[in-house]
Amino acid sequence: MSLSAADIQEIMRLVEASGFDELLLETAGTKLTLRRGGAISAVPSGSVTLAAPAVSPVAVAAPAQPPAAVVVPVPVAAPVVADGTPVESPMLGTFYRAPKPGAAAFVEVGAAVEADTVIGIVEVMKLMNTVRAGVRGTVTAVVARDGALVEYGETLIRVAVAE
Amino acid sequence: MAIRRVFIANRGEIAARIIRSCKHLGIETVLAVSAADRNSLPARLADRAVCVGPARSSDSYLLVNTLVHAALSTGCDAVHPGYGFLSERAPFARACEQAGLVFIGPTPEQIEAVGDKLRARSEAIAADVPVVPGATVDSVQDALEAATRIGTPLLVKAVGGGGGRGMKRVDVLDDVASAIELASAEAAAAFGDARVYLERYVSRGRHVELQVLGDGQGRVIHLGERDCSVQRRYQKLIEETPAVGLSAPLLAQLREAGVRFAQRLHYRGAGTVEFLVDTERDCFYFLEMNSRIQVEHPVTEAVTGVDLIAEQIAIAAGEGLRLQQSDVQITGHAIECRINAEDPARDFAPSPGRVRRAAWPVAANIRVDTHIDDGAMVPPFYDSLMGKVIAYGADRAAAVAALQQALAVTYIEGVATNISFHQRVLADAEFQQGGIDTGYVARLMASG
Repeated sequence: MSLSAADIQEIMRLVEASGFDELLLETAGTKLTLRRGGAISAVPSGSVTLAAPAVSPVAVAAPAQPPAAVVVPVPVAAPVVADGTPVESPMLGTFYRAPKPGAAAFVEVGAAVEADTVIGIVEVMKLMNTVRAGVRGTVTAVVARDGALVEYGETLIRVAVAE
Repeated sequence: MAIRRVFIANRGEIAARIIRSCKHLGIETVLAVSAADRNSLPARLADRAVCVGPARSSDSYLLVNTLVHAALSTGCDAVHPGYGFLSERAPFARACEQAGLVFIGPTPEQIEAVGDKLRARSEAIAADVPVVPGATVDSVQDALEAATRIGTPLLVKAVGGGGGRGMKRVDVLDDVASAIELASAEAAAAFGDARVYLERYVSRGRHVELQVLGDGQGRVIHLGERDCSVQRRYQKLIEETPAVGLSAPLLAQLREAGVRFAQRLHYRGAGTVEFLVDTERDCFYFLEMNSRIQVEHPVTEAVTGVDLIAEQIAIAAGEGLRLQQSDVQITGHAIECRINAEDPARDFAPSPGRVRRAAWPVAANIRVDTHIDDGAMVPPFYDSLMGKVIAYGADRAAAVAALQQALAVTYIEGVATNISFHQRVLADAEFQQGGIDTGYVARLMASG
């Protein structure tokens, strides 16, 4: 099955009307990622190719902006390993980048953080635990995915520590 | 409901053991690991391992909400608690149930009923199962009267204790009051429960326990008894089945009593009813029930051919009891040695560290349950059990001989082990004769 531009517009409207930040849709041959305030991508995994304007695949913060439909071929390159000190999850739980669905993320790449800056939330059975940077510097990468299970000790973000 | 993916909230050899049965049954496994166990053998054997916290078990293997969250987030439909850790904590079983996870074990109510020793004792009395003469302690005056009635020697035991912890022996009545005070204070500190009770002390007793399976609807079968009298400071070291040297009527009564106790609770899953056999009076008393799989379950599996973990899973999945009592045939004899990382030369002090090389015995009549391979760590945070060597023979002498041969080629380098202790016991005439009591190890060690 392939998604037409009209389909994507429809899905976007639904996501926008919902309380969700992100939608991952996988069908045979197509993988669609919709992210509120971010980029959207569809991965052609078979013969299906969606013609679309190519935009940078990197999700760049675009606060308070409706989801932009961007269908891009995802680069096959290996994941970028960012420099910086890892900030690890202090516990196993579900990681959230923002204080509530739809809100701006606590930190984005490039943000300056202090040791006590909240960088995310780890939820354990409805109990929300704030996670702080623990170091002072600049965020070089947000590693953990919003809404994903993170293990104890798993890297959440990376920070280039200020001298 | 069919169980497709099991979350294992445990570590060590029992984690590896549960994974083995799950693989055989085509069930996927997700293992909780602490930071100290990330590279353990079970972590590699499981389909997935998730790190739930740092090494200390209070921050990892004992975190109820974290484990339930991990089980749900990894798409598991059931939780196997193993033994120790949260296996006999009703709040964990309840949290699993409330989250929609099948708890592979008894109900929270059953765990509570047998976890509190005083309640378990009254359940035993109600089920017409003999208990050790004893009394609860409400006041010092009551206690003195009760102690006079029970007679010395007697034991002061913590209600919240277990595994031999929280006990004091009293030999003269004058010491009762001070022993209660001391035991109560210790119990409050160790278990958060200051309640203590008195019990007759049996000077020559054997620890004989009955393996049971219940369907949760009131039907219970047993899979024979295990003799676990080779104990050092109440810690079991060698277990065997069948128990030898017990009169046929006593054994029959003990089996009936164990089944009756579990029936009264409408017990669900695998459990063990523990008895103290008073060899001088030729009778037995109910001690407690363990509402989980036991460390020593393999000896029962060896003589019955039943996979107890598989039966636990089947019962949890709602299949009920797949066996009738008449299906359980006990053939031959099995003995297990617990190989611990502890040094007999240094009063069995724990010997954690890295195992450089581990060579376990391989033979047709030998089974080894272990999580220790070359390079494995024995972390200082947990118990020192490295593995269990189980020998099967047509009779007891054959099992002893097979176990001796197996231990002779068991080689662990890097940490001290108690293998030499086991070899000493297996070669000892009194042990070989069979039917030793729980004071045996202390006498053996005192003899030099």
